[in-house]
Amino acid sequence: MRFSVATFAAALLASIVGAAGQSSREKLVSLVREDCGSCHGLTLKGGLGSSLLPGALANKDAGTLTAIILDGVPGTPMPPWRGLISPEDARWIAENLKEGFPK
Amino acid sequence: MNRRGFLGAGLAASLLGGAAGRAEERTPPLRGTGSLGLIVERATGSVLVIETMQRISLGRIEGLGDLSHASIVFSPCERYAYVFGRDGGLTKLDLLEMRIEKRIVQGGNSIGGAISDDGRLVAVSNYEPGGIKVFDAGTLTEVASIPAIGANGLASKTVGLVDLPGRRFVYSLYDAGEIWIAEFGESGAPVVTKFLNVGLLPYDGNVTSDARHYLAGLFGEDGFVHLDLWSANPKVERVLQGYNAGRGKIPVYKMPHLEGWGQTANDLILPAAGQHEALVLDLETMREKKRIPVHGQPIFCVARPDGREVWLNFGHPQNDTVQIIDVPTLEVVHSFAPGPAVLHLEFTPRGHEVWISVRDADRVDVMDVRRRTKLAEIPAQKPSGIFLAARAHRLGS
Ligand code: HEC
Repeated sequence: MRFSVATFAAALLASIVGAAGQSSREKLVSLVREDCGSCHGLTLKGGLGSSLLPGALANKDAGTLTAIILDGVPGTPMPPWRGLISPEDARWIAENLKEGFPK
Repeated sequence: MNRRGFLGAGLAASLLGGAAGRAEERTPPLRGTGSLGLIVERATGSVLVIETMQRISLGRIEGLGDLSHASIVFSPCERYAYVFGRDGGLTKLDLLEMRIEKRIVQGGNSIGGAISDDGRLVAVSNYEPGGIKVFDAGTLTEVASIPAIGANGLASKTVGLVDLPGRRFVYSLYDAGEIWIAEFGESGAPVVTKFLNVGLLPYDGNVTSDARHYLAGLFGEDGFVHLDLWSANPKVERVLQGYNAGRGKIPVYKMPHLEGWGQTANDLILPAAGQHEALVLDLETMREKKRIPVHGQPIFCVARPDGREVWLNFGHPQNDTVQIIDVPTLEVVHSFAPGPAVLHLEFTPRGHEVWISVRDADRVDVMDVRRRTKLAEIPAQKPSGIFLAARAHRLGS
């Protein structure tokens, strides 16, 4: 067997650090692609959640989108991410969604 | 070359080919497919062909498009797999030759599918445009397209699509709050039976293995809707209603799934949406039997094939953990953390081993179910769903 307690612990730590909302860009990009992607699609073109491609967001400003990310859309599956994502990170996500999210 | 020589050479080529990842150049070995399966690699649009007795990956098939949330069904002969991709792609794979037999893009955005009991029709459930499309399983030519316009006039995303005996498919309309059953005769247009006002925002559905109980989870009203399909006149009935009532709803960072659900001899063990609980529905009385506190928001609650245990994984940010519910006592008896982002688990047909995908560790673990020990690790690129060919013989999903 090739796994060790050390790699396991490292992986676990990585996941906890990731969940704590570290502002590292790479982590944010993967959070959006993977965890937002579970509803909005990995390519963000939409799924159960609506499309988050620039065309679909053109007539919403970054402030509105930041508020949606932090507080969710009540009565729909869009959850509030406040507590998991900082307001600064939410803003960064909103701005980048409007411009075309990094891969 | 004699028969034995061919077989040996084929197997060696297949193993070597697997390592080199070049599916086209292999000679397919003479073998059965009952111990084969597929692992979805969601980010790279590829699948791994796995062999469960040796616990190895035989090779990778690429070029399947966007596989986030992909699911797979199998032909009755277990040689072909139908992969439903997020980009509307429907790909028919040959497990023996490890190659794409045929691929079409049938819609803009799809969310799973089903195969009819006779193995001749493949149905795809679509988000964009909503509705289902049905294809000839041999050629992938379109047989029918059924838009999902509800009584409220809304074009709906369709979810929870599963097969029923008699060339039928049942599915739910997310935006319209309806359940439809489409029945395909040998020829002519399908006959569609509609159940209206089933509840707000059904997000997924499944049917018990006896084809009796279809349930859809309702995101808009924390409960489930039930149809007894053995009844001559199935009635829409709410069950497990109001499980969030009187207490805060915890944000749901990932939608629960009812695929591969927790069906045991007498009960269904279901994920609560908005509570860190698994809900136990008594199939005899259709009443809530228990709420079992668990580690996080459950995503999959999968029964061991014999129904003795139910294994659960969880949504972000508790998604490093798996818990096991003991069915006789309805208690959590074991928890462990395979690693970051446990996305799916699949038991071997008789439940002696389980395959668990750990997305952010780029690995799939194979475990001994009774000893709860790890037997092997399979490297995979961002693995999500795991689908064994033995699903070919199972009703529902
Ligand atoms: C559990 C499913 C789910 C997850 C996970 C999810 N969303 Fe959503 N999201 C939705 C749904 C559904 C809507 C549409 C709500 C509506 O009907 O107005 C939505 C809407 C939105 C909107 C508004 C779009 C518009 O055009 O108004 C934004 C922005 C958004 N989500 C961002 C995110 C981000 C960023 C994440 C990850 C941090 C995320 N979502 C994760 C389900 C989800």
